Amino acid sequence: MPARRDNGPVTAILLVEDDPSARVGLELALTRLGHSVTARATGEEALQTIRSRRPELVVLDIMLPRMDGLEVCRRVRQSDELPIILLTARGDDIDVIMGLEAGADDYVVKPVEPRVLDARIRAVLRRAENQPLERSVYGDLVVDRAALRVTRGGADVHLTPTELRLLLELIRHPGKALSRQQLLRDVWEHDYLGDSRLVDACIQRVRAKVEPDPAAPVLIQTVRGFGYRFSPP
Amino acid sequence: MTGSAPRRRRGLFSLRLRLVGALTVMALVSTLLASGIGYVLFHRALLQQAQDTALEQVRQVLTHQVPPVLVNPALDPGSVPQQPLEELALELRRRTQGQALVLVEDTVRVSSGLRLEDVPGELRELSETGIGCQRVVLSGQPWLVVGARVHVADPDGGTRQSPLRVFVFVSLSSQEEQISRLQTSLAQAGGCALVAAVVVGILLAGSVLRPVRALRDAAHRLGEGDLTARIEERGGDELADLARTFNRSATALQGGVEELRRLESQARRFAADVSHELRTPLTSLTALSDVLEDEARQMRPDAGTAARVVVAEVRRLRRLVEDLLEISRLDAGVSVLHLDEIAVGEALLECVHSRGWAGRVEVRAAPGLRASVDPRRFDVILSNLVGNALRHGVPPVTVTARLDELRAPAVLEVQVRDRGPGIPPEKLPDIFERFVKADSSRSGGGGSGLGLSIAHANAVLHGGTLTVHNDGGAVFTLVLPQPAKENR
Repeated sequence: MPARRDNGPVTAILLVEDDPSARVGLELALTRLGHSVTARATGEEALQTIRSRRPELVVLDIMLPRMDGLEVCRRVRQSDELPIILLTARGDDIDVIMGLEAGADDYVVKPVEPRVLDARIRAVLRRAENQPLERSVYGDLVVDRAALRVTRGGADVHLTPTELRLLLELIRHPGKALSRQQLLRDVWEHDYLGDSRLVDACIQRVRAKVEPDPAAPVLIQTVRGFGYRFSPP
Repeated sequence: MTGSAPRRRRGLFSLRLRLVGALTVMALVSTLLASGIGYVLFHRALLQQAQDTALEQVRQVLTHQVPPVLVNPALDPGSVPQQPLEELALELRRRTQGQALVLVEDTVRVSSGLRLEDVPGELRELSETGIGCQRVVLSGQPWLVVGARVHVADPDGGTRQSPLRVFVFVSLSSQEEQISRLQTSLAQAGGCALVAAVVVGILLAGSVLRPVRALRDAAHRLGEGDLTARIEERGGDELADLARTFNRSATALQGGVEELRRLESQARRFAADVSHELRTPLTSLTALSDVLEDEARQMRPDAGTAARVVVAEVRRLRRLVEDLLEISRLDAGVSVLHLDEIAVGEALLECVHSRGWAGRVEVRAAPGLRASVDPRRFDVILSNLVGNALRHGVPPVTVTARLDELRAPAVLEVQVRDRGPGIPPEKLPDIFERFVKADSSRSGGGGSGLGLSIAHANAVLHGGTLTVHNDGGAVFTLVLPQPAKENR
């Protein structure tokens, strides 16, 4: 029986990785870090498992045979806010950008240290904390912090945990410009200088869901070369 | 014309000017020569004719129409009758359409307004014995003066001189007028020839310069990177030859560049493939070495040692692969800068703390100092510089950051200083080369030998510089230009 570090509650994670050794290695390491890991080798199997097992989070390799990770990510996002962390072996810019556009919450570059991956997983899963438990109304947008529910014009807005955290973080400082590095730290819990494109991609997704006209955003404004600002109407 | 082509107008202009100039000078010289010769010949012929005519007319009159009473040898010169003298003068004037002067011995007996002084002395002398003529100008008018002694035929067949002399003034105004008309015509013709020469010169220059200009434009485009630039090869002259040579060279260049680009993209693909192929096995190695590290304490001592060595080597291998991939991406030119504003002091502290260097590195940066950098690359540069200082220098290592806003553009300057012996002077010039180590005896000291090259390449990617000098230890200075501040 392998020793297991105690890192809080057990998380159900789906690991999708086609390379057998990497799959075994990551599965073992994540299990020892306190997660309950289901490993799959292809995108098709992954989609099936997501439907049948309802994991809490997916660690998804981009380079998969046949259906690649980006496609899996897109299909999941059509109906689901399941958090997704991409695993990329190329570190190519285009891979990362496409993955973030497809709706991934975060990404790590192989070879990743299990501890780093674990920290990212926990950060993505962490629910928004330290929020005043109240309901705020911004035009037709209603943010209910107690229920962690956002509606627009009465209809539910489906946000991934990361998107919700980002939105709440911006709302917590109305009218104040927050730098991208600051957001990376507070929302993604990156412990040092991170990739600001994560923030940009996530902002785009949040805008698409909460802005009346995402092409001309008014709620979440860009502060060029710096970051973003929430401007209540 | 292509307005974008920066060129010195003078160069082309002077070629055109030279062509036009040469043709003009040629036309001028030939016109002057031809009209000059024509003028001289015509002038001479015209005067000769006038002279011959006048001489012949005077001779005719003197031979056939001198009243015999005037040349009677028995007559005393003083008593020569006036009437026949007047008739002779009249006859001379009628025949020559000129003026006449009749002398007996040296006395002027008949004159039509002209004086003996108007006759040049030379002619006066000549007319003592024979007949002669000379051109003179009297009050602005050209005249031909004919002077002759009247001879009398002797009954024995010879001749003898009589005391009579005549001078005839024939006006040359009409000849002069003809000559001046000729001059005008010649000048007009010359002018026409000159204009024609200039026009032909310009046309010729154009026809020569058009291909030259096309060549220049094509060469310019080629220089700007348009490798498909070609020019028309028309005709078989030297310019067409030049065009053919240019086109051949351009084709060769295009081929060479295309080959180079193909190789470059191949290298890029290779770097990406290698990256993937190396990282996948490293993923399982990294994950599993984490497990091994945890378990090493519970293993038998030799297995534990083996596990620890494997873990350490996997870490080193990872580092080496990361560095190699980084440098190959920098080489392939696929690295992209993602600028973001960071809090410099915090970033430096995080860089140092996250690597466990906290106790050995002092960070000095003004609180609130912010700069625009690529955060990941900034971290790569600083971690390499500090890591290098810790490995090869002597603590304390200090990192000093400041914003130099006096420079335009403003720059972020970061200095990493150690208190060691510094870098040997002979190693200074190529300290940023790959696998160059300042201290070869410690080559196994944990660095990949690529760290400083990577730091340098990343600084350059920022449009900045990374330099080193010795000042009580090695001092690395990173300078990163800052974009102009925007208001917010």
